Amino acid sequence: MPDTAIAEASAKATTKAATGGNILQVRNLEAWYGESHILHGINFDVNAGEVVTLLGRNGAGKTTTLKSIMGIIGKRTGSVKFNNQEIIRATSDKIARMGIAFCPEERGIFSSLDVRENLMLPPVVREGGLPLDQIFDLFPNLKERLGSQGTKLSGGEQQMLAIARILRTGASFLMLDEPTEGLAPVIIQQIGHTIARLKKEGFTILLVEQNFRFASTVADRYYVVEHGKIIDGFSNAELAANMDKLHTYLGV
Amino acid sequence: MQALYAQLLVGLINGSFYALLSLGLAVIFGMLNIINFAHGAVYMMGAFVAYFLLNLGGINYWWALLLAPIIVGIFGMILERTMLQWLTGLDHLYGLLLTFGIALIVQGVFQNYFGSSGLPYAIPDQLKGGMNLGFMFLPIYRGWVVVFSLVVCIATWFLIEKTRLGAYLRAATENPTLVRAFGVNVPRMITLTYGLGVGLAALAGVLSAPINQVRPLMGADLIIVVFAVVVIGGMGSIMGSIITGFALGVIEGLTKYFYPEASNTVVFVLMVLVLLVKPTGLTGRAA
Repeated sequence: MPDTAIAEASAKATTKAATGGNILQVRNLEAWYGESHILHGINFDVNAGEVVTLLGRNGAGKTTTLKSIMGIIGKRTGSVKFNNQEIIRATSDKIARMGIAFCPEERGIFSSLDVRENLMLPPVVREGGLPLDQIFDLFPNLKERLGSQGTKLSGGEQQMLAIARILRTGASFLMLDEPTEGLAPVIIQQIGHTIARLKKEGFTILLVEQNFRFASTVADRYYVVEHGKIIDGFSNAELAANMDKLHTYLGV
Repeated sequence: MQALYAQLLVGLINGSFYALLSLGLAVIFGMLNIINFAHGAVYMMGAFVAYFLLNLGGINYWWALLLAPIIVGIFGMILERTMLQWLTGLDHLYGLLLTFGIALIVQGVFQNYFGSSGLPYAIPDQLKGGMNLGFMFLPIYRGWVVVFSLVVCIATWFLIEKTRLGAYLRAATENPTLVRAFGVNVPRMITLTYGLGVGLAALAGVLSAPINQVRPLMGADLIIVVFAVVVIGGMGSIMGSIITGFALGVIEGLTKYFYPEASNTVVFVLMVLVLLVKPTGLTGRAA
């Protein structure tokens, strides 16, 4: 079926409970890094309150998709609508102020800032962010390490800090790029619980994951990215039926 | 002994200017990744703006301390918006050449209108005279320059290292793209940072006007030493540039007393030594 049909069909298949309105609509998104054409027309939707995961092999264009939505890829065309507002031409600071928060794959903890400064860095863009005590409730480790230099934290703690700092800002749409990469199973589990709790708090989450097992514990729906296009989409309920296809897509 | 203290004081005064100028250079380098060769020219402009304010507008020294950095800072921000911003992502060499060219143009224009000799700028009445400290005579204006520079340096350090705005600055120095993706208008912040660095230089220019007179080439003479100071202290370290600025002023002053022949070269000899032993500078972070 055509790409846009995948997006719409999959978005409609969302379980009723999770469905708010359509919060993010991506159509024919193309993006370039310098001369190299990375995204060749990405189409997908995210509904309010969902956890949607982009799956795909290395280099398929998952991270570039998140970065293009965030406005940090220089050249991009097509349409990205957030709450029905076109943001394809907006600068990343404007996009952030509309309520989209991004947690990059490399985590982006600042070494010249201590943990407290890292946590407090992103400006509050609207009301409704998590208060600090709730954040410390989610990530007790951080509270004990507030005075440490940001990059002195362990990998897991850095990942928690990277997620924690975008929860205060009031952004309701979170984009997490491979939050489990390189982390111990215990910590992956903790991040899974966190994502589940954030969903309960009403956050909408767009997740990029290589770790399919992890994704299946938190996601409502999946899109498969390959060669800069969405080639398939299905809900968690359809997962079992799609396992064989998925193995071929991901080569696992 | 009198002569030693006198040279120490001269050293501290020069150190104040070194500190204020290298502080601005460090802030600009951190945020814009530009080696601002126009720094001497804006220092000179600060002194000239004070001169104009006094002689054309009847506006006194105290107002000049406030207004000259703002006026020159705005000039700097216009430079950044119209020219420097296009250099983002290019090699350091381009920024160095552009700012060097700007410095030559600005100095040339002032030389054309005012010649090369100095224009007098009187010490304000409140700071005239001196104090006998027992071991030496302290001209009040010179004491004021040292204390005021120190206060401004510490305040700038506090702003950058201890405040929320400073946290944005430090974070944007590391990863401007991500800071912008958090909703901070980084381009505007870069413009303001350049204005701040340039304003600090202009402030040093106002402070120096009553001591060194107002000359189109006053900055060109000073800036080479200041770059040596920055190399010794380490590019991009705030406290490092303040401490090295004052320390090198004092070392220069002491050399004038103990071995005057070397007083013009001691800073450069130290620079060579530091470059040999620790190329990132005494307090510089490894790149």
